[in-house]
Amino acid sequence: MRRGAVHLESYDPQGFYDELFLAKGQPRPSAAPLLEWIQGLSSAELQQHHKTAQITLFKLGVTFNVYSDNQGVEKIFPFDIIPRIISAVEWTKLEQGLKQRITALNLFLADIYNEQRILQDGKIPAEVINSATGFLKPCLGMQPPAGVWCHITGTDLVRDKDGQWYVLEDNLRVPSGISYVLENRRVMKSTFPQIFQTMAIQPVDEYPSHLLETLLNLAPPQLADPTVVVLSPGIFNSAYFEHSFLAQQMGVELVEGRDLVVVDGYLQMRTTKGLRRVDVIYRRVDDDFLDPLVFRDDSMLGVPGLMEVYRQGKVAIANAPGTGVADDKVVYAYVPEMIRYYLGEEPILPIVPTYLCWREQDRKYVLQNLDKLVVKSANEAGGYGMLVGSVATEVERQAFAQKIQQNPRNYIAQPTISLSRVPTLIGDRLEGRHVDLRPYILHRGEEIYVHPGGLTRVALKKDSLVVNSSQGGGSKDTWVLTGD
Amino acid sequence: MLSRVADSIYWLNRYIERAENVARFVDVNLNLMLDLPVGMTQQWEPLVVTTGDLNLFRDRYGDATSNNVIQFLTFDPEYPNSIISSLRLARENARSIREIISSEMWEEVNDFYLMVKDAAQTKNSTTLSEFFTQVKRASHRFAGVMDATMIHNEGWHFGQLGRLLERADKTTRILDVKYFLLLPSAEWVGTPLDQIQWISLLKSASAYEMYRKVQHRITPAKVAEFLILDREFPRSIHFSLWRGEQCLHQITNTPSGTWCNSAERAIGRLCAELGYLTIDDVVEDGLHEFLDQMQRSINNVGNKISETFFGMETITTNAVMSQEQTM
Repeated sequence: MRRGAVHLESYDPQGFYDELFLAKGQPRPSAAPLLEWIQGLSSAELQQHHKTAQITLFKLGVTFNVYSDNQGVEKIFPFDIIPRIISAVEWTKLEQGLKQRITALNLFLADIYNEQRILQDGKIPAEVINSATGFLKPCLGMQPPAGVWCHITGTDLVRDKDGQWYVLEDNLRVPSGISYVLENRRVMKSTFPQIFQTMAIQPVDEYPSHLLETLLNLAPPQLADPTVVVLSPGIFNSAYFEHSFLAQQMGVELVEGRDLVVVDGYLQMRTTKGLRRVDVIYRRVDDDFLDPLVFRDDSMLGVPGLMEVYRQGKVAIANAPGTGVADDKVVYAYVPEMIRYYLGEEPILPIVPTYLCWREQDRKYVLQNLDKLVVKSANEAGGYGMLVGSVATEVERQAFAQKIQQNPRNYIAQPTISLSRVPTLIGDRLEGRHVDLRPYILHRGEEIYVHPGGLTRVALKKDSLVVNSSQGGGSKDTWVLTGD
Repeated sequence: MLSRVADSIYWLNRYIERAENVARFVDVNLNLMLDLPVGMTQQWEPLVVTTGDLNLFRDRYGDATSNNVIQFLTFDPEYPNSIISSLRLARENARSIREIISSEMWEEVNDFYLMVKDAAQTKNSTTLSEFFTQVKRASHRFAGVMDATMIHNEGWHFGQLGRLLERADKTTRILDVKYFLLLPSAEWVGTPLDQIQWISLLKSASAYEMYRKVQHRITPAKVAEFLILDREFPRSIHFSLWRGEQCLHQITNTPSGTWCNSAERAIGRLCAELGYLTIDDVVEDGLHEFLDQMQRSINNVGNKISETFFGMETITTNAVMSQEQTM
C-alpha cells in the first residue's frame, strides 16, 4: 500500500448494514472494483476530487432553497463522491416492488375519487379518507387521461440492519430531487472517468426523455404538436433550480401561474405574440394552490378556472390533483392492504410497522413507548413535525405526547429503523454514514418506467438518521449495475 | 416567447446598462471635483437632480455631500436605481429565465452582482474609482457574452432593446448634468473651467476621444450635437433609438418605415424626428427643455413596449414584478 492512501482495510461497518462492505475490510463483490480503485488513490487525491466536484456543482448552480431575504442566497446540496452501489439482482426486485406499489396506489386513487369500493368493502375505514387533508372533494368523479393519477412518483426506501428494504413513504404530489441525480452523475463522470470505464453502471441521462414522453402521452391524441409546460411557483421556491433544469432539459416552457390564463374555455399562456394554448402541465405547485376558485382563494401561484378546464378534459395535469391523499402517512399504513385488494398479490416491498395513533390501542402503546419510536405527523415532509424518541429529551417527548392526545388522527409512530450506511468522505478518511434512497417512477398507463437508481440522501452528521437537505443532509451518486 | 420571459430579459439588460451609466457619471464627477479651483464648492447635487429622485434623496440623506450622493447612487440597497439595486434586480431577472439564457450569461451576472456586493461591504473610498471601472467593464463583458453565446432570436432582440432604450435615456441625463452644474457666473462660459466640465461630460459617456476625432474643438453645441444626433456613435441618443427600432422590427417582422403596434409607431416617429433635427433647432428651443421632452418620449416608448408585449396584470407580490422606469 502507498503512503497516505485511504485505509479501507480498517473501515468497519460496526454492526450496521453497509452498502459497500460485508464486514470489516471485506468489500461486497459488486463494490470491489470501486474500492480497489479508491485504495489506489492517496487521501489527498481523494480530497482533491471531492473539492473539484463541489466546485463544479456550485458553478453549475445546482442549488436549493434559501431565498428569503431578497439577497440571493442559494445553498449547494452537499455531495459526497463515494457512490452507493446496487447490484442488478437487487435492483430488479426493487423495480418489481415499486411497480406493484404504484399500480395499486393508482388503482386506489381512481377508486377513491369514484366508486370508493375499497371503503364499502371495509378494507380501509372511511373516516381515514374523509379526514385526510390531501383528499380533495372537488376531484370526486374525475377521470384523468388513461386512468393515471400519479405520473411521477418518488418513493422513499430504507434498509434495516439485516439488509431488508422497507418503503418509508410515498411522494405522489410533487417529488423533488431528480435534478440532483442527473447533475451528480455528470459531476461523477467528469471526476472519476476511469472507473466508469471498468464498471458497468446503468446510465441515468434518459430521464428527461422519459418524462417528456410521459407528459406528451397525456395530450389528446388528435393534437399533432401538443404544448407541454412546467408550472413552477417561481424563483422563491426551494426547488426552483429543478423546475428550471427540467424545463430546459425537455426543451419546454417554464411557466408561472401569472403566465397562464383561461380564455375561451382553454388554458392559454401569454406570449409576446398573443395567447397560446397549453395542453399538458407538469405542475410543481401543490394541489391547494392550483386554482384559487376551487382551492385556496388567497393563492397567487395557480390559475383561476384551471380546474374547470381540467374537468372538461381540455388540459392534462401531472400529477393529477388529489394524489396527495395517498401521501398521508395514515393511508400509507393501508398500502399493503390495497395491493392485496386491487391486485390479489402479496406486497413485494414491506412497509415499516406503523402504529396509528387514532386507534386507541395503538395510541396507548405509542404513549408508553415514546422513547423507542419515531413519531411523524401525517402530512408534513422535509423532516419537520417529527420526533425521534430515542434521542429526544423528556420535555420534548412530553410535548409530543400532548400533541398526539390533542390530535391523534395526525400522528403515526414507527420503530426506529437502523438505516444502512455507506462509506463517506469525512475529512481525510472514510466513515460510515446513514442513507436512504428515493427512486423515481414514471407511470404512463400501459407502461411503468423506474429510473435506474434514484437519489441517495446521506446524513452527514455522525450517527444521525435524518437525511433531509433541510436538516443537514447531503447526497451521493447511486450506481445500479448491469448484468450480475 | 412568454411575455414574462421577454419582460425579464428586457429588464435584465436595462438594469445592467443602468448600473454602468450610474458608475459613469459618479466616477466623472469624482474626477471633476478634483480639478476644481481651490475655494469652489463641490457640486454633487446635480447628479441627484438628473436622476429625478431629488426628493427621495433629501428625505433620506439631507445634504448632498459627496459621501451621501455616492452612497445613495452606488450602495444604497433601499434606493431602487442604485448600482447595487440594479444588479440585484438584474440577477433576479436572470435567475427567473435561466432556462432561456446561456449559462455564461448567468455566470457573468452572478459574478457581477457578487463583486458589487463585496464592494458595498468594504466601501473603501480609495478604490472607488477602480470599482466604477470594474462596473463598466462587467457591463461590457455581459453585453459581449450575450452577443456571443445567445442565439439572436426574439429574446435577444428584447434584451438589446432594453439596453438601447436605457442608454438613450441615460445619455439625455448625462447631458443634462451640465445644465445644473453651476458656473460661478455667466462670464465663466468658455473659460478653462467650463471646458473641463464639457470634457468630463464627454468622458462620462466614453465619448471624449471619439468626439475629438470628429470635431476637434470643444463647444457646447457641438458636444450636444455629438451626443444627441451622431448617427455613428453608439451612445448617442439617435444611434441608440435607431438600433432599438431595428430590434423591434426584427421582433415583429414588420418592414422598417411601417408599423404594426403602438411601440413601433412611437419609436419610429421619434427616430424620424431626430433624423431631420439640427442642433440649432435644439439650442433655439433650449437644451434642457429638449432633453426633458426627450426623456418623456423615451419613457413613452418604454411604456408602449410593455403594453404591447409584456401586457400582464399588475402583481405586487415581489420586487421583480414592479420594474419601474424612474430615473
